Amino acid sequence: MKSDTQYDAIVIGGGHNGLINAAYLAKAGLKTIVLEQRPLVGGAAITEELIPGYKFTTFSYALSLLRPDIVQDLDLAAHGLMVLPMTNTFQPGFNGEYMLLGPNKDANFHEISRFSTEDAESYRDLSHLINRVCHALMPLVDSIPPNSISQDPADLAEMVQLNEYIDGLPSDIREMIQKFINCSAAEILDEYLESDLLKAQIASSGIIGTKAGPRSKESGLIWLFHKLGEYDGEQGEWGFHKNGNGGFTQVLARAVESFGGTIRTDCGAERVIYANGKSSGVLLQDGTELNAPVVVSALDPRRTFMQLVNPNDLPDDLVKHIRDFKFQGSASKVNFALSALPNFPGLDGRTDIFTGFTNVGPSIDFLEEAFADCQAGRFSRKPFIDCCIQSTVDPDMAPPGKHVMSCFVMYTPYHLADSDWDSERENLGDAVQACLEEFFPGFNKLVEHREIVTPLDIERVVGLSEGNIFAGEMFTPQMFLNRPAPGWNQYRTPIDGYYQCGSGTHPGGGVMGGAGKLAARKILNDFESITSL
Amino acid sequence: MPQTTPFHNCLKPYLETGIWKHWSGYLVAPRYQYSSTAEYYAIRNSVSLLDTSPLFKYRITGSKSLSFLQSVMVRDIAQCQPGEAQYTCWCDQNGFVLQDGVILRISEDEFWITSAEPSLRYFRSTAKKLSISDVKIDDMTRDFGILAVQGPHAFNVLSQLTDDAGDLNYFDLIQTKIDGCPVTISRTGFTGDLGYEVWIRSDHAEQVWHCLVDAGKGYNIIPIGLEALKMARVEAGLLLLDVDFHSSRFAWVDEKRETPVELGWSWMLRNLTHDPREFIGRAAIEKQISEKSNRWRTVGLSVDWHDYERVHLETGIMAPKHDLYCESTKSIYRRSDKEWDYAGYASSFMFSPILKKPIAIAKLPNDLAKPGTEVDIEISVIRKPHNVLATVQRMPFFDPARKTQRPEGGIT
Repeated sequence: MKSDTQYDAIVIGGGHNGLINAAYLAKAGLKTIVLEQRPLVGGAAITEELIPGYKFTTFSYALSLLRPDIVQDLDLAAHGLMVLPMTNTFQPGFNGEYMLLGPNKDANFHEISRFSTEDAESYRDLSHLINRVCHALMPLVDSIPPNSISQDPADLAEMVQLNEYIDGLPSDIREMIQKFINCSAAEILDEYLESDLLKAQIASSGIIGTKAGPRSKESGLIWLFHKLGEYDGEQGEWGFHKNGNGGFTQVLARAVESFGGTIRTDCGAERVIYANGKSSGVLLQDGTELNAPVVVSALDPRRTFMQLVNPNDLPDDLVKHIRDFKFQGSASKVNFALSALPNFPGLDGRTDIFTGFTNVGPSIDFLEEAFADCQAGRFSRKPFIDCCIQSTVDPDMAPPGKHVMSCFVMYTPYHLADSDWDSERENLGDAVQACLEEFFPGFNKLVEHREIVTPLDIERVVGLSEGNIFAGEMFTPQMFLNRPAPGWNQYRTPIDGYYQCGSGTHPGGGVMGGAGKLAARKILNDFESITSL
Repeated sequence: MPQTTPFHNCLKPYLETGIWKHWSGYLVAPRYQYSSTAEYYAIRNSVSLLDTSPLFKYRITGSKSLSFLQSVMVRDIAQCQPGEAQYTCWCDQNGFVLQDGVILRISEDEFWITSAEPSLRYFRSTAKKLSISDVKIDDMTRDFGILAVQGPHAFNVLSQLTDDAGDLNYFDLIQTKIDGCPVTISRTGFTGDLGYEVWIRSDHAEQVWHCLVDAGKGYNIIPIGLEALKMARVEAGLLLLDVDFHSSRFAWVDEKRETPVELGWSWMLRNLTHDPREFIGRAAIEKQISEKSNRWRTVGLSVDWHDYERVHLETGIMAPKHDLYCESTKSIYRRSDKEWDYAGYASSFMFSPILKKPIAIAKLPNDLAKPGTEVDIEISVIRKPHNVLATVQRMPFFDPARKTQRPEGGIT
């Protein structure tokens, strides 16, 4: 019988990746504990009842990219997984225009035809091509990427294999992948579409959570990443989890415990204990020590390499990469309790328009202007807002007849040029309300309560450096072979037994759990050799 | 010309798809919205309204109504007190199932029964054949509309309209009023979730409909079509006539007929040794039980997700998960050295939105019917058959506690 301080694996950070990682380790028979500094698990995927009856998805607000094998491997349905489809996407435009896309492709054809008949057709071509690209890339998302700088024959062979796989893809898919990597969302969309409203709706996927405008070249990859999100076989489809994303991480917590894992909340980790290049446990903030041959950091790369261990003990090239790793959070949340649903003139009384994303960002120029403010070091005076009124799908999110509305707001740079977030917080809330009032007249009167979550708040509360929701920007130099650093993209660290499993590792951000799963695969593969050292 | 149900005018405005289907000659919607999965989730997440009025409805009264039903039904209706309901089936002399249905015991000598196929003449002639005189069987099919109010918030909706809903345990019923209209509410349904069925006199149908919709607004109530219902009923392990079994009455050969044991309804026969009734088919059923001569069993099958995904990925396509509900049979094979060793078939197959994997209702020989047994199910991928691993599982696949629990706020 092992004591209360002796484990096989300690996972630092109870976000979704930490929990998924711990669940896999516990399922494999490792005595596993998850340490969470906050009173509740979930990290950035939590639901909080800030006022009685109103449940706020404080940070992350929708589910996508969740790998279907994780659902089966961890038996998540038995623990209450319930992903509710978000059926519609509503895009209000200027002068009362709007586009409402839903689950039926023929209905979408006619809706887009109101703007451009060619776009309506082109939209199908583009969707099909993107689906094929996603399908081609899925094996890479679902596997541990090769080590690109190692000279080990096995690693070299993996690189050869990777290149052969890419070379073997159909040429139109390879070409499209190159475009996603090298072009902006706006550039690619210009090749296919003419309607600005539709372009803006799609391009918004290319800027979410990222310091990039739709005309910045980084937006292509971000767009692709969001399309990769597979939900129920429909590529790029999203869903609400019952009771918000906190409902989802509660499911994960139950799974961890069902496999015999332990979760300890209000339990911050001070640092990893290691000597002679080998980890042996974790020193807690309360001064006690837990011992385990495996320690996993689910925190972001900066915390994993610069805070939990002493960077002086790490190779210089890794430390340089992590120091240069871009976080630069640029998104905020403004969450509302509403007395009734907003009204869109012309679609008066329609509630179905809100059963998915409501995308306030009516043109590419609008999004670019919002980004220009960000570049100037201030929050967008006219922000892009991605709204979800989850209570229209899940009645348990708000009292009967009332609603909660989650607004994802861009751009709100972590570093403000002439001010600070504690001074600007309410101003941001006012700017968001003013923008919503413009598209949904009467909105202000519906607001019963609002919660403003700035990048600084995200950093303070969740621990994500500079409030970056993906645990680090998803730019090409920080993805795949390079996430979080070349040679250290396989979940290991230079310290034997110390691993990383957060969104700052491959495949990246979003509530997908891929990093937690793949890290567990690596750890379980290594476990015998770690413990025999 | 197809008939319309008493709720037709209320339902029409919701029909976003514009598609009606026929059910027993009545117009019903397969789905109101474009996404039947979204409608399905009203059953599991909020609350749904389903018009089941096309069901045949009969009233059985008279001093001998109890003994008539005892002679016809496989389960002993005497176990059912006034104010309770019972799910049962009835068989022919050979023990082959004719139909299933729900019987509401309204009072000592009054029973209401629903059935999928017309049965008025069958019941009347059977009463005559059995020389049971004081029993009266009336067709009330057109006199009532039935609305199934199903979903976790079903009680929250009904409790706004009547105080009596809180008294209802699973399979209880009560006669009460909604907005002054007499209604009969039973805690029953075909979804495997918390739910009620409300019998409403046809001339009050629209009035009560509006009450339910108003009471349900805060809970995102929506009407749902048959596709959503059918998805829920497979998860609930509930068999559908003409899909998972066929009435013996119109079958051509015994191969198309099935006994309660073969349908997985042995639980209906649990008390047979202490039950002295002579009901139609009893001798044949008992013989089959004692000789273990049932030809197959009806079981649940849970398809292995990894294997299901693999056969699709290997062919270069995504494993489909939407709109997979399928009522045509899929073959099942024994996992052995022999290739394509046919063992049975799936009568219903679907992708379960909540379990995130395909599930099926299947007919398998006794030696393969034990939970945990592995078989292969044939899935067609780009026109070619592939075998996918599936495991026999006890039904229901999904069985939330709220289905039978006393709802929060109900009277204890």
